[in-house]
Amino acid sequence: MIKVTIDDVEIEVAPGTTILNAARQAGGDLVPPAMCYYSKLPGTGGKCRTCLVEVAAGSTADPRPMPKLVASCSTTVMDGMVVKNKTSERVQTNRGGVVEFLLVNHPLDCPVCDQAGECHLQDLGYEHGSAKTRYREERRTFSPIDIGNKIKLHMNRCILCYRCVAVANQLTDKRVHGVLHRGEHAEISTYIENAIDNDFSGNMIDVCPVGALTDKTFRFKSRVWFLKPYEAECACTKCSGKAVVWMFGNEIFRVTARKDKYGEVETIEDKTAWICNDCRFDKKDPSNWNLIGPRKIDRHSVISQGKYATKNDNNPKLLH
Amino acid sequence: MSRKLLIEHAEVPGIASYETYRKHGGYASVEKALKTMSPDDVVEEVKKSGLRGRGGAGFPTGMKWSFLAKPEGVERHLVCNADESEPGTFKDRYLMEKLPHLLIEGMITSSYALGARRSFIYIRGEFMYVLRILEKAIAEAYANGMLGKNILGSGYDLDLVVTPGGGAYICGEETALLESLEGKRGNPRMKPPFPAVKGLWGNPTVVNNVESIAAVVPIVNEGGEAYAKIGIERSTGTKLISASGNLVRPGVYEIELGLSVEEFIYGDNYCRGIANGKKLKACIPGGSSVPILPHYLVTKTAAGTDRLMTYESLADGGFASGSMLGSGGFIVFDEDQCIVRNTWNFARFYAHESCGQCSPCREGTGWMEKVLYRLEHGTGTLEDISLLEEINKKIEGNTICPLGDAAAWPVAAAIRHFRDEFEWHVKSPQEAQTRNYGLIQAPLEA
Amino acid sequence: MKADHPQAVNEAPIEFSATTMAEMNRVIGLFPEGKQKSAILSVLHLVQDEFGWVSVGAMNRVAQILDIQPIEVYEVATFYTMFHLDPVGKNVLEVCRTGPCQLVGSDDLITYIEEKLDIKVGETTKDGMFTLKTVECLGACGYGPMLMCKYQFYERLNKEKVNEMLDAMREASNS
Repeated sequence: MIKVTIDDVEIEVAPGTTILNAARQAGGDLVPPAMCYYSKLPGTGGKCRTCLVEVAAGSTADPRPMPKLVASCSTTVMDGMVVKNKTSERVQTNRGGVVEFLLVNHPLDCPVCDQAGECHLQDLGYEHGSAKTRYREERRTFSPIDIGNKIKLHMNRCILCYRCVAVANQLTDKRVHGVLHRGEHAEISTYIENAIDNDFSGNMIDVCPVGALTDKTFRFKSRVWFLKPYEAECACTKCSGKAVVWMFGNEIFRVTARKDKYGEVETIEDKTAWICNDCRFDKKDPSNWNLIGPRKIDRHSVISQGKYATKNDNNPKLLH
Repeated sequence: MSRKLLIEHAEVPGIASYETYRKHGGYASVEKALKTMSPDDVVEEVKKSGLRGRGGAGFPTGMKWSFLAKPEGVERHLVCNADESEPGTFKDRYLMEKLPHLLIEGMITSSYALGARRSFIYIRGEFMYVLRILEKAIAEAYANGMLGKNILGSGYDLDLVVTPGGGAYICGEETALLESLEGKRGNPRMKPPFPAVKGLWGNPTVVNNVESIAAVVPIVNEGGEAYAKIGIERSTGTKLISASGNLVRPGVYEIELGLSVEEFIYGDNYCRGIANGKKLKACIPGGSSVPILPHYLVTKTAAGTDRLMTYESLADGGFASGSMLGSGGFIVFDEDQCIVRNTWNFARFYAHESCGQCSPCREGTGWMEKVLYRLEHGTGTLEDISLLEEINKKIEGNTICPLGDAAAWPVAAAIRHFRDEFEWHVKSPQEAQTRNYGLIQAPLEA
Repeated sequence: MKADHPQAVNEAPIEFSATTMAEMNRVIGLFPEGKQKSAILSVLHLVQDEFGWVSVGAMNRVAQILDIQPIEVYEVATFYTMFHLDPVGKNVLEVCRTGPCQLVGSDDLITYIEEKLDIKVGETTKDGMFTLKTVECLGACGYGPMLMCKYQFYERLNKEKVNEMLDAMREASNS
């Protein structure tokens, strides 16, 4: 094990751990935000730059500070490394800069966006954003398109994290969408009119940090904070069948994978519990599911300020 | 007049053919290296020469070579970066077009030093006619036993392939180049791992600029120490300078590092001064990515000493009053040029060439371009000037690859030295549309 | 700013000429077994040499030839700016607009060609003879203003040289 200090907290982690994962092991508010890195999808990370941290000392062997801020998601810790995140003015200023960049072309359409309430960019904007924009130019706009009959792509909202491309590469056998064009014209697209038709394509919705990829079976049905999330399972031949069903009364409004506080699909029985499209899009009848109990949503976004998953709420069958 | 180690024979008729090149002493370095030197001996000579990467970063080539990982049973590669795209730089094209065998000779000698048996020249797609010249020369080299199996009976085998890009400045960044060479989008990779450990197809790889590889030829022929005697301090040897802009005689010049900037701009053997009898307004000495210098800091440093064509002297004063040698793309502005227009032009270039992978560069370069467009076209505000400085600071150092810095530095430098001209564009937008600002005055303390 | 790139209609793969196919096989053969994707830029250049531009049907055929998914070809073809993804005129004039060329008159050169051909940048003449595009630095900074057409560089251009060049191109394309 090697020792690393993050924001004055000393922790021991296995060699080869990244700064971000070391911080996640320590937990608490010293964990840098991450918009593109996704621990369950190898190869992701490094792109959004929101997880930039300051390395005040490289290691015990070479305690010199690193001149530039580094992406904590893709920088490996060294023994004796000293990292500053919350405690670094420079990090906070530059992260604010990254958030501003992410927002210059992002529409402020949260009131009509299905992701509102569980959007990582919303959280980030709330924490690091400025109250007003300095961007006077016209925003970049794209028309929304359907990629498959169950998934809507709002390219305007995309921050080009590449996570959905990784899902297509790693969970499905034939990738039909990708990143096209370049620079500020880069976009997620299928290029040709093409439906993404694959049992696991719906996971793109779960990994999307913003409202760029949304579930067409749920669009505009309800705000997420009006729904009660329950852990549920079903016998499924394609996936683990372990999911979260989001209910209003006795009705299932949507189904998602079980996600941790970093928005990542949980590992259950040593496997990332991705769910299949049947479970996600088609099993909307409560009789499809065995409800296990209320799901605690452990994030600082507005939905966790709601009232579900309280101690008294221990009978999932007793719905409001 | 400087000695010419690279392009002395460039204008000899027929020098692009194997036979003529050979008659003028070509392929001597291959014979010397393969017959009398071990690969490590060659690396040692390159280290002794003090050669620094000629693509722009100026990293010592010998040191870069010594970082190459050599695990058993894993193929290694040498990749030549011929994706010459830095605005103001056109020396590699000249070298490859005129002396294709010099590059091939350098590739063979360098590949031998590195133990690479499959090497590549990645040339920008727009230079397709140069690619054809190289292909022909490579075929000649194979036919004459300089490439292929058992070169000159040494037991050393090498295959050399030249392959084109498709129009992307970013592929001059070495990891983007490798992505492109693997047939993908030119998105730079996260480092570490560096190419020396994990490069082309995951194999240890060295990526060197055309001119660096060509310089290995005289270094091996004459010895690293002899090469290091040319030049000043840590700027050893000769350098190809691409001179462009408002000069009497723009073009490619091989200079001994240490030549004075004054001599280079005004000397009879070089650019012969500013075109049309005009005055020098500014100069970007190392390609569009390096800071611009106002006329009073071009031939003299802020301390008043002569500015020399070396890595150190051009950087004298840091970014406050210096610049960089970079790729040697020497761009000269006469008194009639508009700095705001030019800064906008370069900002547009970087916005166009950003790969779009990381957010500060993708969004920041586009934003700067739009603000500069407004300033140039008469609808900018004074706040826009400080906004540009702010955007700059948020891009610089925060991106995956150096394109972010390359986009930020020129804007920062232009505002630093030409703030009056930017403000004039805001205060007198009508006038700024009809005439240029002219020369700026040197600050009183200068 | 509308950045919409409307989705293209899918097309069946098209066939390439025997000459193109032979050359494609040669460039693919330059790379080791299993690394044929490395030849993609060479292959796309060959497609463009044959058809003048790169269509969806051509890209779908390239995907078959290189044994990769069509999206991998689209991703690459849209990244690199040399590939024309829409039909173009017989002669595509790509004028360098970057700094060093601008210092020596590329703005005027572009305006002159626009007037001369009665088209704007990005447009094609009615007779399909010329398409005018602006491009970033072509690495000919000391010899500007300049343009590229069919991989050939036309340097140190002035009005007379442009006139001669256009006439010669017209003649070559008509013969």
